[in-house]
Amino acid sequence: MDFQETEIQTELRDLTRKFARKEILPLVEEDEHNEHFRPELIAKLGELGLTGIPVPEDFGGAGMGYQEYICAIEELAAVNTSYAISVAVTGLPQVILNLFGNAEQKAKYIPPLAAGQAIGAFALSEASSGSDAGSLRTVAKKEGNEYILNGTKLWITQGDTASTVMVMARTGGPGTKGVSAFIVEKGTPGFSCGKREKKMGCSISHTMELIFNNCRIPAANLVGNEGDGFKVAMTALDSGRITIAATALGVARGALESAVAHSREREQFGKPIGEFQGVSFLLADMAVQLDAARLLVNRAAWLKDNGLPHSKEAAMAKLFATDMAMKVTTDAVQVLGGSGYTKEFPVERYMREAKVLQIVEGTNQIQRVVIARSLTQKG
Amino acid sequence: MWFFSDEHRMLQDTVRQFAADELSHCVQQLDEEEDFNEEAFRKLGPLGLLGITVSEADGGAGLGAVAATIAMEEMGAVDASTTLSYLAHAILCVNQIGVNGTPEQKEKYLPKLLTGEWIGGMGMSEPEAGSDALGMKTRAVLSGEEYVLNGTKMWITNGPVGDLFYCYAKTGEDRRAVSTFLIESEMPGFARGKKISKMGMRGSPTGELIFDNCRVPVANRVGTEGKSIGMMMRNLDLERITIAGISLGIARASIDASVQYAKDRKQFGKPIGAFQQIQERITEASAWYEACRCLTYTAAQMWDQGLMAGKDAAMMAAKAKLQSAQMATQVALDAIQIMGGYGYSREFPVERYMRDAKLMEIGAGTNEILRLIIARQMLGTVVDL
Repeated sequence: MDFQETEIQTELRDLTRKFARKEILPLVEEDEHNEHFRPELIAKLGELGLTGIPVPEDFGGAGMGYQEYICAIEELAAVNTSYAISVAVTGLPQVILNLFGNAEQKAKYIPPLAAGQAIGAFALSEASSGSDAGSLRTVAKKEGNEYILNGTKLWITQGDTASTVMVMARTGGPGTKGVSAFIVEKGTPGFSCGKREKKMGCSISHTMELIFNNCRIPAANLVGNEGDGFKVAMTALDSGRITIAATALGVARGALESAVAHSREREQFGKPIGEFQGVSFLLADMAVQLDAARLLVNRAAWLKDNGLPHSKEAAMAKLFATDMAMKVTTDAVQVLGGSGYTKEFPVERYMREAKVLQIVEGTNQIQRVVIARSLTQKG
Repeated sequence: MWFFSDEHRMLQDTVRQFAADELSHCVQQLDEEEDFNEEAFRKLGPLGLLGITVSEADGGAGLGAVAATIAMEEMGAVDASTTLSYLAHAILCVNQIGVNGTPEQKEKYLPKLLTGEWIGGMGMSEPEAGSDALGMKTRAVLSGEEYVLNGTKMWITNGPVGDLFYCYAKTGEDRRAVSTFLIESEMPGFARGKKISKMGMRGSPTGELIFDNCRVPVANRVGTEGKSIGMMMRNLDLERITIAGISLGIARASIDASVQYAKDRKQFGKPIGAFQQIQERITEASAWYEACRCLTYTAAQMWDQGLMAGKDAAMMAAKAKLQSAQMATQVALDAIQIMGGYGYSREFPVERYMRDAKLMEIGAGTNEILRLIIARQMLGTVVDL
């Protein structure tokens, strides 16, 4: 692990930053207000090679690692969390299929996602099965050459625009061993979207209820074997946690940059407020926390790229980085004072966006469970 | 609180009932639409709440800081936005007229303000003068029988809807030469600027006030010319004690919601309240809330009994407001966390509690300014070296 970013990483960062500032930033406030997601921006990100960073070039990806992936995601999140999450979530089915899919599944589903031509989703949570993922109730019953899905998924990011949805459903008995993973295509009869959640933040990103009512899918859409689903889901979450942690870095950095700029420009009592310790020490703490989080995130990405175990480290990165982002964005609102509380400055949006990062991809309570288990169940 | 009188307890019941009947049904919608519950606000008049601290001789309820804080907490637990507008009216405008106004000013304005016919507000902050309040640039120049005001006030609660504003302006070159004027919204040269769109407290309209050669009769000056700072600071102390009540209300509602959820929501085969992580957040929140409640109502009681003089009152008020605001923000954030995805959705009120709570750390003196006030009292002149 090197503290120096590679040239490729820096280039990727610059490319993404330019795109985010030019193409996303001007639309953000209005689109957040109107809850308007633009798939065409994902297509443009695809043209730049940013929607399939960690999958092999054979499938249209960039063939890079998570250390590169997190650079792009951070830069998107520094402008808007919704698009960072969109890229991360479109990455999930690609990463899963690359690891667990068969040759036909990889060839059919990864390229359009990697190119940004299709949007991906990952459907695990249900109304009564959030943190307790192993208790999910959606069932998949095999009948001839098909599986018939019945059940309802909740909190599914971009479930309405996704062409390819990775769905976890029960094929066996209760508990984690009875779960399998399936690919469900948009437009499959019996698959529909329910209500769209109204949320505190990240409103550009649509959060959907997905309904499966005698939804028939080909048996070939089973990913891995029956009963592999929970393993697939947990592997996806390990990767997903790194991307959410990277999103937290971006949101926090955006907030810190706004706070620093304001503390230089805003004068009270005859001098810039950044000259008061009450403000400058807040900024100092924000910077320390951000960098500490960055090191944890980089470590998790490095472990993953090197094929080493990273479950605990990804949970640590996600827990620390998202708690950090919550604190840093809250303090950024504080530094901007009344201005920070208004919609004229982005920091109140960053604060609302940061909160969701403590909840998704396993609440921070679940991260502690993962970390604590790895400590108490060894040797 | 153990020392509440029977009158306080009756008030608590009355306000709680009012909030349930008049505020709870539309608070979410008004938050979404950034709209003001004017109908409910005006109904506070007949209940005697709009002049809660005004003497009975002047037509008010003749109650004190404890009572006002009770009203803030009970109303704040349901609808912090309307409560904030109520505070701007009752504490920042009406109370000040009651305490500092001339008999003529009281006679002219209090009846309209106490019945709810008129809505009041206060004008101190400016675009360039937030924490540094005495850096205000709005000027009032005497011209015959009138003062001519020029300048802009910013972040004014009730600005877009108010009929009368208790406003501060400079009447001399000295930084401390601050005077007070009662400005009617119909006075020539007065205009409302833009309404400000906010993260939270969206049901409480906030806006700019613009004075462009605004002509105000000398009779509308409150107190001696250039000598308003004492009155202004004393009101800030009362504002900080009572606004801490809003923080208490938001925190209480957040705790109630998360406790209910922790009992109902089952994961891993049991209610999530069975997990120590959840217990820790709920118990710490409740303990911090109780501590802030004791601090705030003690400050209010000491205020009412005249046990705090000048700067001690300022320090105590600052401590109550500082702690309660930080507590409310953290407790509301934790309530979202306990409720997970549901907490983040707008179907449940806790995300609004959090957005509302954040203002408590900014309005009526930021956390930073309150620390400065406390530090000055503790460390003396060392602070400003």
